[in-house]
Amino acid sequence: MEKKLYSISAIYHSPNDIVRAAAAVRDAGYTKFDVHTPYPIHGLDGAMGLKETKLGFVTLAAGILGAVGMISFASWVAVVDYPQVIGGKPYWSWPAFVPVTYEIAVLLAVLGTVGGMIAFFFKFPNTSHPLHDTPYMKKVSADKFGVTIQSEDPSFDEKKVRDLLKSTGGEVEAIYYTEEFLNFKPNTFDPKFILLLVGISLATSAGGYLYWNKLLYMPPFDWMMEQPRFDVQSQTEYYVDGHSMRLSVAGTVARGFLPYPYKLGDKADSVGKYLVNPLLPTKTTLDLGKKKYLTFCSPCHGNFGNGDSRLRGQFPNPPTLHSDKVRTWPDGAIFHTMTVGQNVMPSYQYQITREDRWAIVNYIRTLQRAYNAKESDLQ
Amino acid sequence: MSAHETVIIPKKELPANIVRLGWALTLIGLALVTVSYLTDAQRAGFNNIIGFTFLASIAVGAVFFIALEYIAGAVWTTPFRRVLEFLGMLLIPVALLAIPLFLNLHDLYHWTHADVVANDKVLLSKSPYLNEQFFTIRFGIYLLIWGAFYFIFRRNSMKQDLNSDQKFTKKNIALAAAFIPLLAISISLFSIDWLMSLEPHWFSTMFGVYYFTGTILTALAVTTYFVVVLSEKGFFFKGINENHYYSFGALMFGLLSFWAYIAFSQFMLIWYANLPEENFWFISRWQNGWEYVSIAIVLLHFWIPYFMLVSRPSKMKPTVLKNSALLLIFSHFLDLYWLVMPTYSDTPVFSYYELAFPILTVGLIIVLFAIQAKKYNMVPVGDPKLQRGIDFHL
Repeated sequence: MEKKLYSISAIYHSPNDIVRAAAAVRDAGYTKFDVHTPYPIHGLDGAMGLKETKLGFVTLAAGILGAVGMISFASWVAVVDYPQVIGGKPYWSWPAFVPVTYEIAVLLAVLGTVGGMIAFFFKFPNTSHPLHDTPYMKKVSADKFGVTIQSEDPSFDEKKVRDLLKSTGGEVEAIYYTEEFLNFKPNTFDPKFILLLVGISLATSAGGYLYWNKLLYMPPFDWMMEQPRFDVQSQTEYYVDGHSMRLSVAGTVARGFLPYPYKLGDKADSVGKYLVNPLLPTKTTLDLGKKKYLTFCSPCHGNFGNGDSRLRGQFPNPPTLHSDKVRTWPDGAIFHTMTVGQNVMPSYQYQITREDRWAIVNYIRTLQRAYNAKESDLQ
Repeated sequence: MSAHETVIIPKKELPANIVRLGWALTLIGLALVTVSYLTDAQRAGFNNIIGFTFLASIAVGAVFFIALEYIAGAVWTTPFRRVLEFLGMLLIPVALLAIPLFLNLHDLYHWTHADVVANDKVLLSKSPYLNEQFFTIRFGIYLLIWGAFYFIFRRNSMKQDLNSDQKFTKKNIALAAAFIPLLAISISLFSIDWLMSLEPHWFSTMFGVYYFTGTILTALAVTTYFVVVLSEKGFFFKGINENHYYSFGALMFGLLSFWAYIAFSQFMLIWYANLPEENFWFISRWQNGWEYVSIAIVLLHFWIPYFMLVSRPSKMKPTVLKNSALLLIFSHFLDLYWLVMPTYSDTPVFSYYELAFPILTVGLIIVLFAIQAKKYNMVPVGDPKLQRGIDFHL
């Protein structure tokens, strides 16, 4: 393949050099040249004699398209397609369209700028350039600064160009390219590739369509949809009153929420005999009872039930739990007192669960036995 | 970049005819103000509020830009900082213009009438804030904040002219950091006190920002106008180029867009919710001829300057900059007229009452500027950032 001269380039080592070189090339009357730097350099566009970019017009056109398009769309929706009275305002309430129009105008202006840059200035889909993969490009994208004068410039003369670049202090080299390299295009529009894309999108849409619209309505996949049940708060013809939700039978009690039949004021020993402790005094229930007793009861009743409060007189001290009265009470009487309260002691039925209260009763019994131990306990 | 010669800017006297014009306008304005106060004190008072808040806009906005330059470490504004420092001196006429207002407070603000407030549940609940004593104290605090910071900024900057010591810049940076949050609060409350409380039943949480945006936009427009005119007449060093002009234009463009954003947001929220306790304020500005003023503000304060400044080359043209700056200064005045006067009159009114304060304002700006330009350097010659500011390149 024949190698053609693309350009004569020169490498410089500092931004000041490249600005000076660009100005020299501009002053020599060359028009087809370019400068490459690893980062933007102030004043380079002036030194190169670049004109204002035309990209702004693409941005403007896209922005106007966005604004006009969005305000037309919003008007069409609000007036023609889905007219609704909102807040007693006319259908065409333009102030409501302003924010969305503004957003879409900005969005389209941005997308239009990027798209316009790629389409008009980068000459998509051709991705090849004679400078690609050259040692020159590798240097100028790392830490060097380069200027390159193209051979298609009307006043191009290799020797003069070399002399000019050398006189500005650059390291001159020529850049060659082949037609094959330049005309290489990725196979974006290869029929086979397009066919593959079309096939994939067709398969995905068809699969999605089948799944959402057909498969879900076929046995056995419709099991989740077609359950014999009524949805909450829906109407039904099954019941006469048309309600799919039923009220519970009178007197229904939720599990574990049996209402307490006695109230404050019922005598503890008189109701206590009707209540039976469901828990056996095993080590488990006693440990549970001890824990709950120390948490809830001990602040007033003392750690051992002696009525020795640790509240330092801020709350009246209760009587001891080792009195004959409490010792001779049935378990139910202690439970009742805990549940509804007594004198200044409040009800604990919302703080301590039913089972925990019975466990505390067992623990109190243990304390009482410890203070009044029998002869047999000591053996 | 070639080496620059050291810039030497002597103190310059403004041309005598300009100074004479300034004095003439000031005196005519003062005479008109006196006449209008003698003939119709209430109408003069409402116009006094417009002139007063307008001057406060320029003065406080100028102090804000001084602080902004320090806190942002901006370089391109340094050569022009003296213009801002001269304009901040308008705080003195601001304080003076408040005196007739305090004397006529009962004609202007109906929350000052104890009997009205006692029979009005809303005003009664606002009375811990809206009462004359606290109102006066607050105004004193605002003036103290603005004035103290302004004079310290200015003093440090003037001292720097003599010895080029960088420690003054550092001091001002620390002050600016303290000043900006204080300014944000004080200018919002200032606008609530003097403008929003004209309609004491009305409220808008956007109002403080609305006035503040107009404030800094106007201060920037005045500065831009001064800089362009002065450099065209050769009162600055040679070397002001399109990069400086572009920065002024871009900042003005950004701020006027921000003003439109705030103004529209305030309008749209009230329009959308349509609550009777809020919407009457806009309704009274959309009937009996006020609607034309409203439309004029939308056009003059946003659309026309927007298209004047939108393109990149236009931001660099001195004529475009001068015209758009004048337009923005005028439209801020119109904006304040639109904020204040519907309380006074159901229809737009225009007569020599409305001209008195604009004439006085323009005269005062010219006179105060000329006096200081004669006495101090027009450019902060001792600022270490000055050379970088002159060499500024986009």
